[in-house]
Amino acid sequence: MDQVVLMQGNEACVEGAIAAGMRLFAGYPITPSTEIAELSAYRLPQVGGKFIQMEDEIASIACAIGGSVAGVKSMTATSGPGFSLKQENLGYACLAEIPIVVVDVQRMGPSTGMPTSPSQGDVMMSRWGTHGDHPIIVISPSSVTEAYYQTIRAFNLSERYRTPVIFLMDEIIGHLREGMQMKEAEDITIVNRPTVQFPDPKRKPYHMNEKKGQMVPQMAPFGCGQRYNITGLIHDESGFPTNSPEEAEKLMYRLMHKISDNYKDIVRCEQVNMDDADVAIVCYGGTMRAAQTAMELAREKGIRCGIFRPVTIWPFPERELTAALKNLKKIVVAEHNCGQIVLEVERLTRGACPVAFVGKWNGTVITPQEILQKVEEA
Amino acid sequence: MSKMELRLAGSGGQGVILASVILAEAAVQSGKYTAQSQSYGPEARGGACKAETLISDAPIGFTKVQQPDFLMALTQKALDKYTVSLPEDCLVLVDESLTVPEKLSGHRVLCLPILRAAKETVGRAQTANVLAVGCINELLGITDAETIKKATLLHVPRGTEEINLKALTEGVRLASSASGQEKAPAVRAEKKKGAKQ
Amino acid sequence: MKVNTGDVNAASRTKQMSNLIYKYMRPEHLPQIWCPGCGNGIIMRDVAQAIENLGLSRNQTVIVSGIGCSSRAAGYMDFNTIHTTHGRAIAFATGIKLANPELEVIVIAGDGDISAIGGNHLIHAARRNIGLTVVVMNNSNYGMTGGQYSPTTPTGAYGTTAPYGNLDRSFDIAGLAYGAGASYAARGSAYHVQQTIGLIQDGIRNKGFSIIDVASICPTYYGRKNKKGDAVEMMKWQKDHAVTVEQAAKMAPEQLKDKLVIGLLHHAQYPEFTYKYDMLIQKLAEEREANE
Repeated sequence: MDQVVLMQGNEACVEGAIAAGMRLFAGYPITPSTEIAELSAYRLPQVGGKFIQMEDEIASIACAIGGSVAGVKSMTATSGPGFSLKQENLGYACLAEIPIVVVDVQRMGPSTGMPTSPSQGDVMMSRWGTHGDHPIIVISPSSVTEAYYQTIRAFNLSERYRTPVIFLMDEIIGHLREGMQMKEAEDITIVNRPTVQFPDPKRKPYHMNEKKGQMVPQMAPFGCGQRYNITGLIHDESGFPTNSPEEAEKLMYRLMHKISDNYKDIVRCEQVNMDDADVAIVCYGGTMRAAQTAMELAREKGIRCGIFRPVTIWPFPERELTAALKNLKKIVVAEHNCGQIVLEVERLTRGACPVAFVGKWNGTVITPQEILQKVEEA
Repeated sequence: MSKMELRLAGSGGQGVILASVILAEAAVQSGKYTAQSQSYGPEARGGACKAETLISDAPIGFTKVQQPDFLMALTQKALDKYTVSLPEDCLVLVDESLTVPEKLSGHRVLCLPILRAAKETVGRAQTANVLAVGCINELLGITDAETIKKATLLHVPRGTEEINLKALTEGVRLASSASGQEKAPAVRAEKKKGAKQ
Repeated sequence: MKVNTGDVNAASRTKQMSNLIYKYMRPEHLPQIWCPGCGNGIIMRDVAQAIENLGLSRNQTVIVSGIGCSSRAAGYMDFNTIHTTHGRAIAFATGIKLANPELEVIVIAGDGDISAIGGNHLIHAARRNIGLTVVVMNNSNYGMTGGQYSPTTPTGAYGTTAPYGNLDRSFDIAGLAYGAGASYAARGSAYHVQQTIGLIQDGIRNKGFSIIDVASICPTYYGRKNKKGDAVEMMKWQKDHAVTVEQAAKMAPEQLKDKLVIGLLHHAQYPEFTYKYDMLIQKLAEEREANE
């Protein structure tokens, strides 16, 4: 039977990760994500996993990548400044196709900013933070229950597509405690990375059967007998560096398309009362909670208001938003920054309907009344 | 639908966050919805600290307190800060050591010796937060005696169960014996939805 | 089996080398990109010979490198190899070792890689005494980017970013790791092949964190900028200026000024990190069983 327990968002993230199979966590203390490291340190050795507090943020993500290379599902967690530091190795994991989950509990910035205050200022960094073109999956939870289940999904997507997944929390959800619906373990789907029987001396480590539509190479853990090379240089299917423009093109194409071609599996969004909505509030993460109350208040006033909430922020649910646009007279984007996702929404609406913006960047939270005001403005 | 918004304020190290968590636990254990959060400064001890617990029969959207039904302040600074634009029907619980400001003349204010009782009657100053939980549950009737005890035991550090239960009981006693003070209704029937702050 | 280069003929030496190449290298990726006369190839071979002498399983051995000239070694060696980001080899290696302590994890790094951008990881891995063996190809400058001064460039020496001579003092990498808590610290050189192989072997055998700082030579940049002569002359310098740790102990600081001190600097037994962690897991499991 499903059970309700009081849990904090950061704790739910750890419990979800352990349920997904995380057995290595490498981290560095930083507010407001520290509880994730603290609970991992307590819980992992209980389940035969390992926790390590590394010397810095860069080492933490490097260590997590190393753990994954050796075949263990690994995670690191941080907040704003630490997320900046992790960017180089995030790109490494993209290019070398190493599954890891990177949690960023956003805090108000830039720089040291307001360490204990909520923000959603890292949305664009989560998309474009590391240098070079790269694919990325970013998921943002709006409740403690979702922090648990979406962390499991983050691991599953990371494993299935051999790619880093960013779990983009905010202080609102990270530090929120509420009742969480626990499912029985057997009701949770766990995905493991594509692995064939290793060693297979004839198999090239980054080869896949493209005729069968495979986009993700099988992954051999170090020590299984399949000796191969992993590099952050552009490489061919043998795993060795190449300067060939054809090979570079082929690799980049596949890296981008293994994500974009699997849009349906990766992209999730929640639409509330959108069937008859004239006005849609677009929001994500902790901002959803203010939006929910704002929508209820608007409905009481007779305004047909709905909510469009990306759960997967990147890739952005553009098909769903484009489809929803047809019936909308107005969109209100609410986010705790100076305007990031609003740019994506404006790009997709192409002037089809007006887009209003409710932003906040002073360390306080957006209230339902502030959203309602924009909803009411004709 | 009934909903209750509680704000507890004090200084870092007084345990107001833990008190707020225990109240949230009590709500969950009673089958209610809850949202608990806090804000604090960089100081581990001594800085201003505010914790909030929302309790409702229906799922909770916005997770922060907007129209508090209850405010507890354990320091003068916290009392002065959080009594700005306080709704008229908000019940205020303060430690007896504080000076109640003029602006609260229209409010129901309860002064109890929370800090002193923890130190002298219970025997440990650090139990003031759990003692306060006893007071609050008695005043607001969030849950029954058994459930608040269970919620407390789930969150106090191991080895401190006995003294904290003593504090809880003392809190209940203090609140119930507060003579001449009108108790707040357990849960207000209608919440002023959408009221502007 | 130890190689004795002193009394075997050239043909058998070549054969022995070839065997090492075919057994431990990836011939299809050779020749390597290092410049003619570079000391890195010798040091890479020293690592292979140490592995051969210890009889390590190739499947259970991991070579981790960072970025720079030294980092290319990983691609040439036929083990589980990972070429990581600049300075971070030790941090990646820490994850690999922690995830699977059965693996023999060897880091091959450069001086800039390990002591400048990666200096923090070096000292903390040493402090943690995690079971990694770090072999430094120390060529006293940043070779890959064209000869800039590094943390091991001597004071007064020239580099493309030290056109008036290096103002910095230089790091003693092995001493740094020892000071930070490494259980094994040694120094070798490209010239002193036999000694260096032995030091690497002992470093791998040590359960905790081991570092072997090997003086390489960079005739293309460091040698040219500092008028050190060609590769042969630079090798000869190593031969003529090397003193053992034991000899150095009896010498005055001014006598040691232009000397290369080689040999074992420190070896002690401290509990290894992943072992301690496995003990913790076991203890918690036992406690749980006892409570059930």
